[in-house]
Amino acid sequence: MLRLSATGLGCTRGSRSVFEGINLELSGGEALALVGRNGSGKSSLLRLVAGLLQPSAGRIELAGGAPQNTLAEQAHYLGHLDALKPSLTVAENLGFWVRYLGGDVAVLPGSLTALGLSGLVDLPAAYLSAGQRRRLSLARLIVVPRPIWLLDEPTSALDAAGQERLAALMRDHLAGGGLIMAATHGPLGIECKTLQLGRSAPSPLAGEGWGGGSEFVASAASQGGTPTPNPSPQGGGERSGARGTK
Amino acid sequence: MALIDLANPARFLALTARILPWLATATVVVFAIGLYLVWFVAPDDYQMGAVVKIMFIHVPNAWLAMGVWAVMCIASIGTLVWRHPLADVAAKAAAPLGAAFTFLALLTGSLWGRPMWGTYWVWDARLTSVLVLFLMYLGVMALWRTVDDPSRAARAAAILTLVGAINLPIIKFSVDWWNTLHQPASLLRMGGPAIHPSILTPLLVMALAFLLLFFTLHLAAMRNEILRRRVRTMWLMQAHAAS
Amino acid sequence: MTPLSALLLRDMRLAIRVGGGALMGVLFFLTVVTLVPFAVGPDLAQLRRIGPAILWIGALLASLLTLDRLLAADHEDGSLDLLLMGTTPLELTVLAKAAAHWITSCLPLVIATPLLGLFLNLEPLAIGAVALTLLVGTPALTCIGLIGAALSVALRRGGLLLPVLVLPLTVPVLIFGVAASNAAVAGPMSFGAPFMVLCALTLGSLVLGPFAAAAALRHGLE
Repeated sequence: MLRLSATGLGCTRGSRSVFEGINLELSGGEALALVGRNGSGKSSLLRLVAGLLQPSAGRIELAGGAPQNTLAEQAHYLGHLDALKPSLTVAENLGFWVRYLGGDVAVLPGSLTALGLSGLVDLPAAYLSAGQRRRLSLARLIVVPRPIWLLDEPTSALDAAGQERLAALMRDHLAGGGLIMAATHGPLGIECKTLQLGRSAPSPLAGEGWGGGSEFVASAASQGGTPTPNPSPQGGGERSGARGTK
Repeated sequence: MALIDLANPARFLALTARILPWLATATVVVFAIGLYLVWFVAPDDYQMGAVVKIMFIHVPNAWLAMGVWAVMCIASIGTLVWRHPLADVAAKAAAPLGAAFTFLALLTGSLWGRPMWGTYWVWDARLTSVLVLFLMYLGVMALWRTVDDPSRAARAAAILTLVGAINLPIIKFSVDWWNTLHQPASLLRMGGPAIHPSILTPLLVMALAFLLLFFTLHLAAMRNEILRRRVRTMWLMQAHAAS
Repeated sequence: MTPLSALLLRDMRLAIRVGGGALMGVLFFLTVVTLVPFAVGPDLAQLRRIGPAILWIGALLASLLTLDRLLAADHEDGSLDLLLMGTTPLELTVLAKAAAHWITSCLPLVIATPLLGLFLNLEPLAIGAVALTLLVGTPALTCIGLIGAALSVALRRGGLLLPVLVLPLTVPVLIFGVAASNAAVAGPMSFGAPFMVLCALTLGSLVLGPFAAAAALRHGLE
């Protein structure tokens, strides 16, 4: 059973502290939504877990995964950028990532169909719209099976149909025992826990429409990590939001 | 059919589809006549023997090297000033042809010069300015390839072409201005041509043959470019429809 | 297909399809060689003496041209993040990218060298020596340039930073490359001695370059 945990995580970018004292715990089959306003460190947290950024304090641990692989080698990272080369076709772009990340090329056509891209296989990626590019990035997630998904605003650039497709993919992934961490400004369409980053001012979207699951809130570094489930739909609250600077 | 009709790419494609076979045939015929004249009519040089006949390829290529740049200049003015729809297609299609003719001129000149001057290359005014012309052709081709959007590339290439036209008079008069190893002007000079008819006639016929070759290849290249742009438009439409 | 060969093929495909491809470097090389007689004068004997040096400097500058896009292009579209999360070690990944750069940018320069040697009135033995030293020395230029590319990506600085960082490190390669070429033609030193040192420099940089570049990427990326 997969378990991802982080204790006392802190992040510094440049000379400013983005956040400190983040604790989280995520098991296989669970999803965590990172919420907070811009600049609160959602992307930084994802990059920390992905190993693309070094934490200034704290530890990240993965239990139950493949012992010979690092966390990064068992995770997919979907950032703001699409990692697509405009002069390569859709098939060439996806085929490269499949081979580089160690997936099975035979699954490629099926994944393109699942994301509605099967008619564009030989089109150079330069001609794709923003939504199509996003879906092509998502195709990468299902062609190469990796248990941990780190998604940075995955619903951006997707229309309603695309968001439903994404929700279905995430549900399948969770059902298979994978875990998802996603930074987002809006509802993801699946059941998930929530982690509020940044100062008080609760997000108007917190609680309503987020799906069930407990409110899971970061606590200050000095107090260690005990989750305080908050029945109020207002979310976070003044006292227990993580200390972060704007 | 008025000239303005050629501005329509579809009409252009239809017209050139009919003309091209005739042009190609004419090219072959004139080449045959020219090569016959070169081989059997033109005399051997008393010093170099038959090697001098490289001149009949070298000189027309050199003329075309400069002439194609002039064609590109006219097409560039068409793009910038008159916004003629096919002007940039003409300019883009002409550049590789001009580069090829320049390269052939340099190559044949080098092979001809080796027995005469003892070296494949000298840095004299005429050769160097033609080499610079070759680099400028390659530069324009590189510019076309680097910019993705055809209409932006067209305007940039048009400006570069017009600026580069300064090189043409330098090449033409370089052999007169600087004392060089290369032969001075024999044909287009004040006193009239200084060449004997038995050499002049094959030379002019070969020049005509190469000119027809240029027209044939140029029209074919323009057709290809129009078709290439159609493919690109279809790709854009396909992507738009599939989303 | 292994991950590394997939990366090599992709980089080669991109180099050929994007913006003029390998021929841009060759064109720059040709331009540099053409410029020299304008400055130095058309005296063929003099050009023959400095020919190997001109060819080496031209090749060095031309191979620098495409180096800054080597890692920056991947960084800008987010591919670099994913390359770091693959199962292959980062050192081998950047080495594969360097190999693709060498094949598509430096190898055409080596192939163009005989033609340019003719322009500079070099004798066949000199042309052969220069081509051979370039063939052996350009991998060193690529790997040393890889370090600069990694540093300029990590530091997010563009412009002339890369050449300023890389060129001083390439001085030994330049010295021994030209020395070997000259030694092949005129005495008194033999061709073998500087050539062996050149080979050693290349082998050393094949190891040092990827390790230093990977370290720069790991510690520098935000």
